Amino acid sequence: MSITEDQARKVAHLARIAVDDAALPALARELNGILHFMEQLSEVDVTGVEPMTGVTPMRLKRREDVVTTGGMADRILSNAPDAREGFFAVPKVVE
Amino acid sequence: MSNLNSLTIADARDALRKGDTTAVELTEACLTAIEGAGALNAFVHKTPEMARAMARAADARIQAGDATALTGIPLGVKDLFCVKGVPSQAASRILEGFRPEYESTVTRNLWDAGAVMLGKLNQDEFAMGSANETSCYGPAVNPWKVDDRPLTPGGSSGGSAAAVAADLCLAATATDTGGSIRQPAAFTGIVGLKPTYGRVSRWGVIAYASSLDQAGPLTKTVRDAAIMLGAMASVDPQDSTSADVAVPDYESLLTGDIRGKRIGIPREYRVDGMPPEIDALWHKGADMLRDAGAVIVDISLPHTKYALPAYYVIAPAEASSNLARYDGVRYGHRAKLGQGDGITEMYEKTRAEGFGPEVQRRIMIGTYVLSAGFYDAYYNRARKVRALIKRDFDMAFADGIDAILAPTTPSAAFGLGAMDGGDPVQMYLNDVFTVTLNLAGLPGIAVPVGLDRQGLPLGLQLFGRPFEEGELLNHALVLERAAGFVAKPDRWW
Repeated sequence: MSITEDQARKVAHLARIAVDDAALPALARELNGILHFMEQLSEVDVTGVEPMTGVTPMRLKRREDVVTTGGMADRILSNAPDAREGFFAVPKVVE
Repeated sequence: MSNLNSLTIADARDALRKGDTTAVELTEACLTAIEGAGALNAFVHKTPEMARAMARAADARIQAGDATALTGIPLGVKDLFCVKGVPSQAASRILEGFRPEYESTVTRNLWDAGAVMLGKLNQDEFAMGSANETSCYGPAVNPWKVDDRPLTPGGSSGGSAAAVAADLCLAATATDTGGSIRQPAAFTGIVGLKPTYGRVSRWGVIAYASSLDQAGPLTKTVRDAAIMLGAMASVDPQDSTSADVAVPDYESLLTGDIRGKRIGIPREYRVDGMPPEIDALWHKGADMLRDAGAVIVDISLPHTKYALPAYYVIAPAEASSNLARYDGVRYGHRAKLGQGDGITEMYEKTRAEGFGPEVQRRIMIGTYVLSAGFYDAYYNRARKVRALIKRDFDMAFADGIDAILAPTTPSAAFGLGAMDGGDPVQMYLNDVFTVTLNLAGLPGIAVPVGLDRQGLPLGLQLFGRPFEEGELLNHALVLERAAGFVAKPDRWW
């Protein structure tokens, strides 16, 4: 498998990272180099092997589905680049 | 007492208890050392006022007879750990100005034990790198050098390793996702312990690859690693992968007796092109353990070769998901928007400006391997290979192996900038001996064992059984004693 410039553009968009058109050929080349390195994995016989989800054979912890914390909107907003009237502010989303 | 900053934790603890020194004196010695070490670029956010206040509180606690092993011990903290009110930005522009409103569990545990916070330490951006060169602060520099060339302290925990090796602090916190504790330890001649996955809480540690990330200490000795791990580790309800396993007193498990223990030498780690010096060191390490009464056994971990490509699928996949949160809305950097830019442009410009090239690369690789049509070919296959890599270890331990001995790195520290040249895969090869452990979730420790021909430190690592850090540290203690590594970098900074 190899990545074309168009695919590189698509990946950058899916990742929400702006990439100049001029930078796409180099990006495609780099991604191809890395993917080529990963191709080694196709040599391994993985028949009947379950994909690993976690390293410890333990069940994720459960807890009561109750509110444990809250009432700290000011602290949550304290690092926001733009917060107004108790909300995160973003460019207009809906016309 | 001179050079208080060069003490080990164990020696400082004893001196504090005897009243030979105070936490304030110890802290001032470290702060002075830090001020004089700007050339190492290890400390990137200094917190001297906080340190002095914590040291005074520690002295009061020691006076009151309420001290733990870490009370009054000055530490550095990798930038990846959130410390309340202190800049915590994972060495990334995208978290510029971020001051957490909360404390990571690890640092909370350390402060509760009475440790003193000296400041935040340099690292690779989001812990992605093997040379500390992807940091938004510029690279940390290795205190070791052989000529005029500045050398890398390794990565990603390069600042932590440089700070400990240069005696700027008594020990430091670090994290290891693919070798980021052990490789810098090897490059700077110190001890680095990566605990079992789930031993140390990940809560409040900025995430890179959640199924691989694990915090641990960088210290001057194995004993100090035991003391630090005991304080960092806990059972934490705020981390759903924190294991419900009680934390033992690791220091009390250091008996120095490994008679009859079976040490595996994995043949697959003898890779093509391995420098003869590394191979010789490995033999020497095996001899040391044999001389201490251990039985050396050749073993096979057949899927070792595939660990690196599996890692570079799984880690970027997880990173692409974890780093989706940096969107310019809740914290950190937001790009200046042009006329008519909407929310998508805000995301795309913010992330292009905020993330450095290696982080962007890994996010995009991760996005690609998780995208429709490629998920099975890359991501699922890598997870199956990961299961096989873990099975290799499980079988070795089931065969009665107690620990595994391997080189830590394929070379000694290399020059900063030496890997520039555009092929990211060349840099990834640094992790060839370390990533297997993260994929299997096992504990491992890097111990300095000797110097190479040029006079740079070389290390070996030991792998242990899950949650048997006590036994692992005991093996490491034997190796440390036998190697008798006492070399320190000559001060040039």
